[in-house]
Amino acid sequence: MTDRDMETDHLPENTGGAGHGAVTTVAEDPFQDPGLPAHRPRVTDLDPRAAKRAERQVALLFMIAVVGVIGSMVCYTFVPNTKVHRFTGLGTVNMNNLALGLCLGFAFLALGCGAIHWARTLMTDVDLVQERHPMKSDPESTAFAVSEFKQGVADSGFTKYPLIRRSLLTAMMVLPLPAVWLLRDLGPMPKDALRHTLWAPGMKLVNPNTGQPLRVSDVTVGTLALANPANLNDDPDERIDNLAKAAVLVVRLPQEALKGSEAQKKKQWDWSVDGVMAFSKICTHVGCPVALYEQQTHHMLCPCHQSTFDLSDDGKVIFGPAARSLPQLPITVDADGNLVAVSDFREPVGPSFWERG
Amino acid sequence: MSATTAPGAGAAGQYDDVKTDPVSSWADERLGIYKGSKNLIRKVFPDHWSFLLGEIALFSFILILLSGVFLTLWFNPSMGEVEYHGSYLPLDGVSMSQAYASTLNISFDVRAGLLMRQVHHWAALIFIMAIMVHMLRIFFTGAFRKPREINWLIGFTLMVLGLLEGFAGYSLPDDLLSGTGLRIASGVILSIPIVGTYVSYFLFGGNFPGHDFIPRLFTIHVLLIPALIVGLVTAHLILVFVQKHTQWAGPGKTNDNVVGLPLLPVYTAKAGGFMFVIFGVVFLLAGLVQINPIWAYGPYTPDQISAGSQPDWYIGFLEGSLRMMPNWEWNIWGHTLSFNVLIPSLIVPGILFTALAVWPFLEQWITGDKREHHILDRPRNRPTRTAFGVGGITFYGVLWLAGGNDLIATHFHLSVEALTWTFRVLIFLGPVIAFWCTKRIALGLQRRDKDKVLHGRETGIIKVSLEGEFTEVHEPLSAGERYRLTAHEVQKPLELGPATDENGVERPGNRALKLRAKASEAMFSDHVETTVEEYKEIEAGHGHH
Ligand code: HEM
Ligand code: FES
Repeated sequence: MTDRDMETDHLPENTGGAGHGAVTTVAEDPFQDPGLPAHRPRVTDLDPRAAKRAERQVALLFMIAVVGVIGSMVCYTFVPNTKVHRFTGLGTVNMNNLALGLCLGFAFLALGCGAIHWARTLMTDVDLVQERHPMKSDPESTAFAVSEFKQGVADSGFTKYPLIRRSLLTAMMVLPLPAVWLLRDLGPMPKDALRHTLWAPGMKLVNPNTGQPLRVSDVTVGTLALANPANLNDDPDERIDNLAKAAVLVVRLPQEALKGSEAQKKKQWDWSVDGVMAFSKICTHVGCPVALYEQQTHHMLCPCHQSTFDLSDDGKVIFGPAARSLPQLPITVDADGNLVAVSDFREPVGPSFWERG
Repeated sequence: MSATTAPGAGAAGQYDDVKTDPVSSWADERLGIYKGSKNLIRKVFPDHWSFLLGEIALFSFILILLSGVFLTLWFNPSMGEVEYHGSYLPLDGVSMSQAYASTLNISFDVRAGLLMRQVHHWAALIFIMAIMVHMLRIFFTGAFRKPREINWLIGFTLMVLGLLEGFAGYSLPDDLLSGTGLRIASGVILSIPIVGTYVSYFLFGGNFPGHDFIPRLFTIHVLLIPALIVGLVTAHLILVFVQKHTQWAGPGKTNDNVVGLPLLPVYTAKAGGFMFVIFGVVFLLAGLVQINPIWAYGPYTPDQISAGSQPDWYIGFLEGSLRMMPNWEWNIWGHTLSFNVLIPSLIVPGILFTALAVWPFLEQWITGDKREHHILDRPRNRPTRTAFGVGGITFYGVLWLAGGNDLIATHFHLSVEALTWTFRVLIFLGPVIAFWCTKRIALGLQRRDKDKVLHGRETGIIKVSLEGEFTEVHEPLSAGERYRLTAHEVQKPLELGPATDENGVERPGNRALKLRAKASEAMFSDHVETTVEEYKEIEAGHGHH
């Protein structure tokens, strides 16, 4: 029993290819295979009445499927799509959707259960045994295939004419290049687009909802205002692309709240108007808009991966995966008292990129 | 009992009275269908619940195809801006992309549109879940061993394609949630050294989000990836047919046979029935449980976001990986290397997935086993492999949990910061602990099996001897059960012979061999063996009493 046909030529030490000394010993199944157990008949095999009952059950399930399918078409036609209903546990439900889902769901379930019930009760459950054969080709086929292939290669002269062989290989090597080359027009070269936004000297900060220019008096300590450049809608085609870089948030900090080195505090204050200062809204991690403002601490949180920026410390990262501060936009007031940009951002906004430096 | 021994050429006239119907004959004369199908009709399939996992993936994919085609009839993959005036009044007059507007239209104005969207999305979730669990089944039972390594790679590719396809589909409606996902993807692409900026510009046709991406993604989602998936699924199934399904050890089942029920009728009825059960479950879910209510998120705009939003579950591990990464970034020679993005979103998943893909080859190199294997391993009998698997799942699980750190924090009133640090520790510690525990448990289960084989099964009946001693009656196992529990090889660690031959020359490839021996030692040094001798001894002992 221990030599259950464990063909020695399949043992690892012979084919392992590991060289001398590599022996992986393998123990055999210690107990003898008693062979396939005898078939145990089911009730439906023995009792014709049970079989008849199973037949009726299967048929009933199939008929439920028919009812469900027809029901779904009836519901499609007569249950209005606009009708909604509140169910506890399910929330507001579109009745047309509910009816269709239930009809088709139960139709499919019934069909499936019918087929499985049929298989389990009335079809054979006597195990069949079939042989497996190794995937490997038999030696005769191998020999034949190899000789056919050799003949084919010889007929082609592939080995005989090196010039053809090498030039063909070269052709094959250059062939895939156009597959990349011809994709060039997928997009423009980035150039320095990632370094610029719509902000420019004198560009007004406007309220995104009303389009009205933002004034110093609109921003009080503890509130968070949003602002877009006034020319955002000038080019409707580029509006969203421009917004993705130019969106800023505006907060007001008392001077004594500022932290960090004197130079940094001075810069931050100088770029503000009486403590009203603008920061890029685009997270320096991978670009989500930062959104949650904690008034007391002046922390700004990005909901995507919880990077937290301290606006009172020049937008420094105090927690989370972002590596760089939120860039500040230098602002001032124009003659009419509207907040305007002094210039574009002084560094690229948003996620890092290779050329950023 | 051997079912189908296909006939060769018989004596002339022997088959004259075989009746064929005209349609089949017509087809046979052109396609040779009798020749082609004679071995298929009664092909035997072994049965086990764990063999249904792949079927769930297949059937949910069929449903995805059908519902997806329905959606294409109304979906408009354009980023052109329109003002919405449909039946969903809260968004009336809002400017949005046509992609988003048409998804609202499908949800509110096309009858059965919402149903099909929900069928599509539920089926997608089930599809990916089923693929993954199916893959774990293959892993833990060793079904990837020779000759099935190619099918492992095909399956692995299918899993990756499924993830990409899901992400692509999820991004199509251009709602706030999906746009945010794309924004993150664009940030990840930007972090790739040297080419990142260019790749991003070429993919998006310029600045993010641009006007080209959703139409491009649409083609990828409805044509490119589905075509690849259909092709690979076909190859996958053909290989299952050709190589025949694996089976569990048991009486009558050997490495050289297949025991089960025939394709026609039993397997066809069961699998076909199961397909409709899956359809039924998905339709009930789609009718009853709302999924991805894009109208509640609003259209995508890059300056807005909703807190606490979560991607589809299978993206969660990437999200968590990004969240727990420390903020390392280097600036060298005027170039930026964003390790804070690169490592969690590309390098870690890259390593995880590569390890998964090459596992069969790695294991084969360690065992040096080049035989075909058709009998499945019980996970406990391969403690080290099982422990590796559970370690991997733990790693993935920690990443996935970290993807919901904000939800966990608010739900359990913890600080996100403390949680993130916990995850940073757990990502290293968790897999190690899981590995160790799994190995102990597996060996414990092996010992229990051994006990059962040697002493029989506990019956729960307590016997009192004349001396007043209590013993539990053990009922010996049936021969079949005993065989089932012991019919597995106990692999021993590789033993190395002398490193030099008789002439003192070092054997070739000595280093690799030593490494292999070490790996083999780690993999196989712990095992519990049950031998016939032990059994016989105990039997003999019983005989004396
Ligand atoms: C493995 C395969 C697939 C997966 C995992 C998948 C997944 C998804 C997901 C998650 C969505 C978002 C649906 C939503 O909630 O609105 C989606 C949308 C969509 N899918 Fe697929 N999909 C697959 C194959 C297909 C195929 C083959 C087609 C068409 C032939 C298709 C057509 C569509 C369309 C038109 C949409 C957008 C419509 C909408 O969102 O309402 N999908 N897909
Ligand atoms: S995008 Fe802001 S933390 Fe990741």
